[in-house]
Amino acid sequence: MTAVPALQVEDLSVEFRTRSGVVKVLEHVGFSVDKGETVALVGESGSGKSVTAFAVMGILDAAGKVTSGRALFGGTDLLALGERDLAEQRGRELSMIFQNPRTALNPIRRVGRQIADVLVRHGGATRNDAPQAAIEMLKRVRIPDPERRAEAYPFELSGGMCQRIMIAIALACRPALLIADEPTTGLDVTTQAVIMDLIGELAGDSGMATIFITHDLALAAEYCDRIVVMHAGHIVEAAPGRALFAHPRHPYSAKLLAATPGETVALEDLVSIPGGLPDLRRSDLPACRYSDRCERRLDQCVQPLPQRTVGERHVVACWNPL
Amino acid sequence: MLNLLLSRLATAIPSIVGVVVVTFMLTRLLPGDPAAYFAGLAASPQAIAEIRHNLGLDKSLPEQFVAYVGDLLHGNLGNSLSTGQPVVAEIATRLPASAELTLFALIVAVAIAIPLGVLAAVKQGTWIDHLCRVVTTAGVSLPVFFTGLLFAYVFYYLLQWAPAPTGRIDVFLSPPTHITGFYLIDSALTGNLEAFWGALRQLALPAISMAIFSLAPLARMTRGSMLAVLGSDFIRTARASGLSPRTVIFTYAFRNAVLPVITTLGMVFSFLLGANVLVETVFAWPGIGLYAVNALITSDYAPVQGFVLTMAILYVALNLTIDFVYGLVDPRVRLDS
Repeated sequence: MTAVPALQVEDLSVEFRTRSGVVKVLEHVGFSVDKGETVALVGESGSGKSVTAFAVMGILDAAGKVTSGRALFGGTDLLALGERDLAEQRGRELSMIFQNPRTALNPIRRVGRQIADVLVRHGGATRNDAPQAAIEMLKRVRIPDPERRAEAYPFELSGGMCQRIMIAIALACRPALLIADEPTTGLDVTTQAVIMDLIGELAGDSGMATIFITHDLALAAEYCDRIVVMHAGHIVEAAPGRALFAHPRHPYSAKLLAATPGETVALEDLVSIPGGLPDLRRSDLPACRYSDRCERRLDQCVQPLPQRTVGERHVVACWNPL
Repeated sequence: MLNLLLSRLATAIPSIVGVVVVTFMLTRLLPGDPAAYFAGLAASPQAIAEIRHNLGLDKSLPEQFVAYVGDLLHGNLGNSLSTGQPVVAEIATRLPASAELTLFALIVAVAIAIPLGVLAAVKQGTWIDHLCRVVTTAGVSLPVFFTGLLFAYVFYYLLQWAPAPTGRIDVFLSPPTHITGFYLIDSALTGNLEAFWGALRQLALPAISMAIFSLAPLARMTRGSMLAVLGSDFIRTARASGLSPRTVIFTYAFRNAVLPVITTLGMVFSFLLGANVLVETVFAWPGIGLYAVNALITSDYAPVQGFVLTMAILYVALNLTIDFVYGLVDPRVRLDS
């Protein structure tokens, strides 16, 4: 099977200008997602997962600036598109859902209207058909009694219900790529599974590519084909889920796995990762941003990182991999 | 929604009762003897006592209060001692003048402040943001009576662009046919362009002085509220859905940001009702503020009581309107009722 990339990100670097200096939030980030494939972006908070997604979507804060890179999507470089052209793509060809679905919906607009807004904007329905089309979308995300729920406001719905509405908004125009930024954070465990199954099923139906951003490795392993591990704005390892779990090659990935509860690991055996993320405002950041926390550090770790292919679609950026 | 309004109306009744009691007490406790004032400087003590008896001022306070409330319930606010006219009639003819001035000032303020605040937030850090800051700072630091005097001096005395600050319409023009009591509306309805223009010229300076003061809090609140909303999660969702900047800013951001602006609008409006007293004095505007000031100077109880009571009812009506508008915009308020 020859895989066709839906999205290919190359050499993406992002800086944030803050009062206390320039923060190099992302550096030379590259990965790809094939059509119909689900890829997880994992890493601890502040590792740049969400920023990567925002940069691709073109919805970075005003302080954030893409300094290099390309994001090829269906033959066009999203990063080179103007805001107007990019806005045409957003919501139609590439969509995003967020954590905290309750605050991610407009609190004073009926949810049916919010779905209809997207449909009308991208020509998915005319102004007259949009309410009915919105109800159809609510059915697709399996909201019971969709006619009545379309008239509800977000504060009248549960968190899980709101996340279904978000999914309905994101998938209304049948995008080719969905970015789900911690879609289950803030939901209870049973709802988490329902939401993840729903995303997986809808993605499978339409051959949609999915980027799943999470800090939950177990969830990533369960639902994703491949896992991309990020640390402090670098991609340190990318591998098929099974290969990563069986044999992590980057010291950070290994530590991350050891810190993840699973069937075979008892809670008291979990190990926390020593140290914290480096201060990204530093001008003398080491080539490997994990080296300060790393037990396997070598002298050559100060040199630019290699991209070593260590298996089938398995790449690690480390001088001394496991 | 109706329940909400009715319950708010019910809570307003105690405040109205309180206002009735307080205004009655206050006017009786104020220094100055109206009987002596009206008898004149050369009057004998017997004449003063007679006037006092005629006015019912020799009765005990509770008796006076009962008589006052009884009259109130019949819609009788008493007669003004200085003009001899019923207070109700005087207020009814003067209220439209004050209302026209206040509403016009408020419309001018809103028309400037809200677009300014929205633009300042959307284009944060640009020249329009700085303009907004300058305007709001200047607005709050210039008291209404000062701006009013300055305007009258510059535009009437020095430049002679504005007519003399003496009332609602040029003395040589006759006021338009009475329909609503608002000169601008009445003259527009009757097609009386001359009166419309004359009334507008008289209205401009006092209204703009009041507008300048009131647009500062409105613009500041609009800007702050827009900034907060523009940074919120659902705006990011709207942008991530590719909605047009117009939809994002107006349908999504502004409608959420307008809620605290409505609250501020209510406060500004009640403040303007108070500021009326000063502006009407400066511009000899025949409104209820000027009426109350003149009555207060001559210890004329009835008009002062009538004025305070009218203001209290206006405040209550205003707050009800604000609650109603708030409920229209924010569905969460409707549920609480």
